Amino acid sequence: MNGAATVYAESNAAAGSGRNRAFDKFLRNRSAVAGAILVLLFVGLAVLAPLIAPFDPNKTNFVALRQPPSLTYWFGTDEIGRDILSRVMHGGVASLYAGVVSVLIAVLIGVPIGLVAGWYGGWTDAAISRATDALLAVPFLILAIALAAALGPSLVNAMIAIGLSQVPIFVRLARGQTLVVKSEDFVEGARAVGVAEAMILARHVAPNILPPILVQATLTVATAIIAEASLAFLGLGQQPPAPSWGSMLNTAKNYLEQAPWMSLSPGAAIFLVVLGFNLLGDGLRDALDPRESG
Amino acid sequence: MRTLITATRRTVLVALGAVLLAAPAAAQTLRIGLQEDPDILDPHEARTFVGRIAFASLCDKLIDTSPQLDFVPRLALSWSFSGDGKTMTMKLRQGVKFHDGTAFDAAAVKANIERAVNLKTSRRKSELASVEKVEVVDSMTVVFKLKAPDAPLLAQLSDRAGMMLSPASFGQPVGPKPVCSGPYKFVERVQNDRIVLERFADHWEKAEYAFDKVIFRIIPDTTVRLANLRSGQLDMLERLAPSDVKSAKADASLKVVSAVGLGYQGMTINIGNGERGKTPLGQDRRIRQALSLAIDRDALNTVVFEGLYPPGIQPFPPASPYVDRGYAVPKRDLAKAKALLQQAGHARYAFEMQVANNPVQQQLAQVIQAMAAEAGFEVKIKATEFASLLKDQSAGNYDVSQIGWSGRVDPDGNLHQFVTTGGGINDSKYSNPAVDQAMNAARGVYDVASRKKHYDAAMRILREDLPIIYLYHPPWIWAMSVKLQGFVPHPDGMIRLPGVR
Amino acid sequence: MARRVAVALPTLFLVMLFVFVLQRLLPGDPLLVMAGEERDPAVLEELRKFYRMDDPIPVQFLAWLREVLGGNFGVSMRTGEPVIKLVAQTLPVTIQLAVASILIALAIGIPMGVLSAVKKGTALDYLANVISLSGLSIPNFWLGIILILLVSVELRWLPASGYVSVFEDPWQAFRTTLMPAFVLGSGLAATLMRHTRSAMLEVLRLDYIRTAYAKGLLRGTVIYKHALRNALVPIVTLSALLFGQLLAGAVLTEQVFTIPGFGKLIVDAVFNRDYGVVQGVVLCTAIAFILMNLVADVLYILINPRLRSA
Repeated sequence: MNGAATVYAESNAAAGSGRNRAFDKFLRNRSAVAGAILVLLFVGLAVLAPLIAPFDPNKTNFVALRQPPSLTYWFGTDEIGRDILSRVMHGGVASLYAGVVSVLIAVLIGVPIGLVAGWYGGWTDAAISRATDALLAVPFLILAIALAAALGPSLVNAMIAIGLSQVPIFVRLARGQTLVVKSEDFVEGARAVGVAEAMILARHVAPNILPPILVQATLTVATAIIAEASLAFLGLGQQPPAPSWGSMLNTAKNYLEQAPWMSLSPGAAIFLVVLGFNLLGDGLRDALDPRESG
Repeated sequence: MRTLITATRRTVLVALGAVLLAAPAAAQTLRIGLQEDPDILDPHEARTFVGRIAFASLCDKLIDTSPQLDFVPRLALSWSFSGDGKTMTMKLRQGVKFHDGTAFDAAAVKANIERAVNLKTSRRKSELASVEKVEVVDSMTVVFKLKAPDAPLLAQLSDRAGMMLSPASFGQPVGPKPVCSGPYKFVERVQNDRIVLERFADHWEKAEYAFDKVIFRIIPDTTVRLANLRSGQLDMLERLAPSDVKSAKADASLKVVSAVGLGYQGMTINIGNGERGKTPLGQDRRIRQALSLAIDRDALNTVVFEGLYPPGIQPFPPASPYVDRGYAVPKRDLAKAKALLQQAGHARYAFEMQVANNPVQQQLAQVIQAMAAEAGFEVKIKATEFASLLKDQSAGNYDVSQIGWSGRVDPDGNLHQFVTTGGGINDSKYSNPAVDQAMNAARGVYDVASRKKHYDAAMRILREDLPIIYLYHPPWIWAMSVKLQGFVPHPDGMIRLPGVR
Repeated sequence: MARRVAVALPTLFLVMLFVFVLQRLLPGDPLLVMAGEERDPAVLEELRKFYRMDDPIPVQFLAWLREVLGGNFGVSMRTGEPVIKLVAQTLPVTIQLAVASILIALAIGIPMGVLSAVKKGTALDYLANVISLSGLSIPNFWLGIILILLVSVELRWLPASGYVSVFEDPWQAFRTTLMPAFVLGSGLAATLMRHTRSAMLEVLRLDYIRTAYAKGLLRGTVIYKHALRNALVPIVTLSALLFGQLLAGAVLTEQVFTIPGFGKLIVDAVFNRDYGVVQGVVLCTAIAFILMNLVADVLYILINPRLRSA
């Protein structure tokens, strides 16, 4: 939701080699491991939801409306008597999907454009950079809301809207990294001996800009999950009755006095999963960054 | 000497006491919480329900309606129709001034009706379609010449089409600064936040209005609106959520008042609007009847609306004289619903229902989905923004659309445009000559009993054909501070301030 | 500087083009919303002509461009109010909220950042990191809902919503702004804390700080007089950037607390298909964003002694 994580990630130079050392470093970083565990936990809950959720998430029960948490309903029931725990578990699918798919969209579109801009420079670069500036000047969420509204409310459209809104972040990052790598000796060397440009981009540049993009992507998944929840909160996401944390909160807001538990668990779930991705992203950065030690 | 001092002191004390007691009364501002931001404040262009609430204090109308829905004089003192029903003569109230000081007279009425009919951006053209011309007889008498008898005209003149603006203000855009003749005049508007009105000192009925200032605060969130009332930031609010009624009633500092509304909520079914009207649901009324029977309207009311929204099966409000008393809200009948579906040749039937993407309508849709499933319907819900919903509905890009109508005083306003061939809001594209004939005939007669015969005839056909499946009648629920006295609830949901203090 | 402005102009043009085209892609017919129950086709046609919605899109765009260059930002189709007036009404609201949020963020973020840098590797540092990451991870609108639930509904300490200008009634303004500003500020505080920490770590590593220690200066003096002052340079720049983002980034917070600000104006306009308002307001936001970027650059030069002398 704010671009600060972006700024932070950009300050890192391209990482060097040593994948195993990076992995060891990652494992030694306790918060990174905690993040990985959190993420895996939610992935597991979402995947296994059909097997382990106590109830059908869409099964209404008109004699158990807005029940407070109990032994039967651990997290209580909602406004039409559905089990909130089951809905939170199933709702994770929407959030995780939205987070990962939208970032994939953003990476797959943004990185090649950024590569081209950074590599060729000149007018290509100027045009791409101005367009990126223009997109970045429109606040991310406004852009996503307008796109989601344009595409019509649905989970897939929300993913596309969020993904497209995040493209400029990756254009910028990839462009910046490409500029750095371009002046490295091995790239200059390859050019000097006449290796084809496409080959250099694919063989030398792309792998070297990958680590910071991986870090940024992980952190952006966090942003994207919040964005999906925000869109759903505004009624622009997952269609009812399928559960989504954001739309659960949208409804819960109307029952703050009568059923406060309805607001608690979906929000806590968003918080924990996003925290997981943020911890993971931080851990990856520390592990992949050659400069900072320990 | 001593007595004098005492006397003086007592006077001072009494005076002081009077000042102290008067202090709350001196802060004569009434703050009303609205659920939405009104649209343009030009009665000829305006289209929202909340806008009409603001107009109720800002703009006097020719005719008003009583809580019993009778027409009562406002700026017009009396009106009468000629024998052929094509001429209406109206006597006007004397001594009425607009907020700019100019006088209200027959010429002003003529100018206003002509503006409403001719203004490029007017939304009143259909409402006044029967008016051929307006003639000034003398300064306090005006005559409406009609193309054909028009029974709903009085109802139109008791709403925005009958609101009088100062003709002197027509030169500038009206919306940003409306100049009417109501008890309060426009001060300022901050979009999405507030509309401020102040007492109009020259109003013809000014003694009835206790407050110096009226501030409408826009607070869309129902819980937050109630919290503001509780904390004293508001004196009154409209459209209290049913789920909040219990706790508001339990609060000794608040009182809750309600009135059954004029409108309804229902499901409009695509019967002849483009390709999607050609589905079995659109073509075979037995499937529509099965759908209607599958819905437990009482349970709908209990589950979604805390038992506060009366179930309905007719377009007219429960208290209306036009309701067919012989036709009660049917009980849910799953067996019959399944049988009808079978007869139509379907064991299961799937369709898409679009609904506005706000939590309450979505909750309603999900409950309907669950109920209909038990009869063999697979309802796919498409929650969409209201702007898209309207577009899809009018373009025929829907199977079923969950939508309602805020309701009009005259029965014509709740039905004619929705079910007649070519009717403006007939998005179902239902067309039946017998219904058209009955609906048009009802426009041409003025007495209730003869009109009702025509409506009964139309409704007998409509409740079998079901282009619209009616579900319930939303009431208007207001919550206010117990200190506020004299508020009279009206079925039209307006907030009228005479006598409120 | 002149170059920056020259670069900003094509960016603005692109923003305008982009917003304009995107709007026209939105489904739904604004006219149906605007027309209400008036559905006579002839009337609708007349309305469409009046709002120039029957012109081809490029013609509409050029017409709008001409108007904007002439200083006319258009009129809200929904309320008939001039867009420039709407901006003038809502901008102060959001600025008040943004300033309060930045102040809260600075008050929390910088001390926490300094502390965790100085105590690097200790439990305190670890705790500060977890808190800041939590701040980044918590969805604004949920934090808002939870605060309303606790502070307004349960404890009844603060009003649940609304906006009062600080110039009208400072006390009420404080009471209404506190919660939303905290919600927005918490995320910013996390960002600021992380940047302060890394900037401090960089500075603490530098030679002159070591020299200062070696000279026997007090630890506190070194940290606050030397290290923090240098570490603050990027922080100030960052704050200006964040401020620019806040102007429209407060969308959901404004929605939850019903604050009639910039973000709420845009969202409502998008939902109402009020083209003129969306265009005008997004354009203003983009201008503000670009301006804040310029301000950040200027600030950077002004407070960074090395750059000034160069």
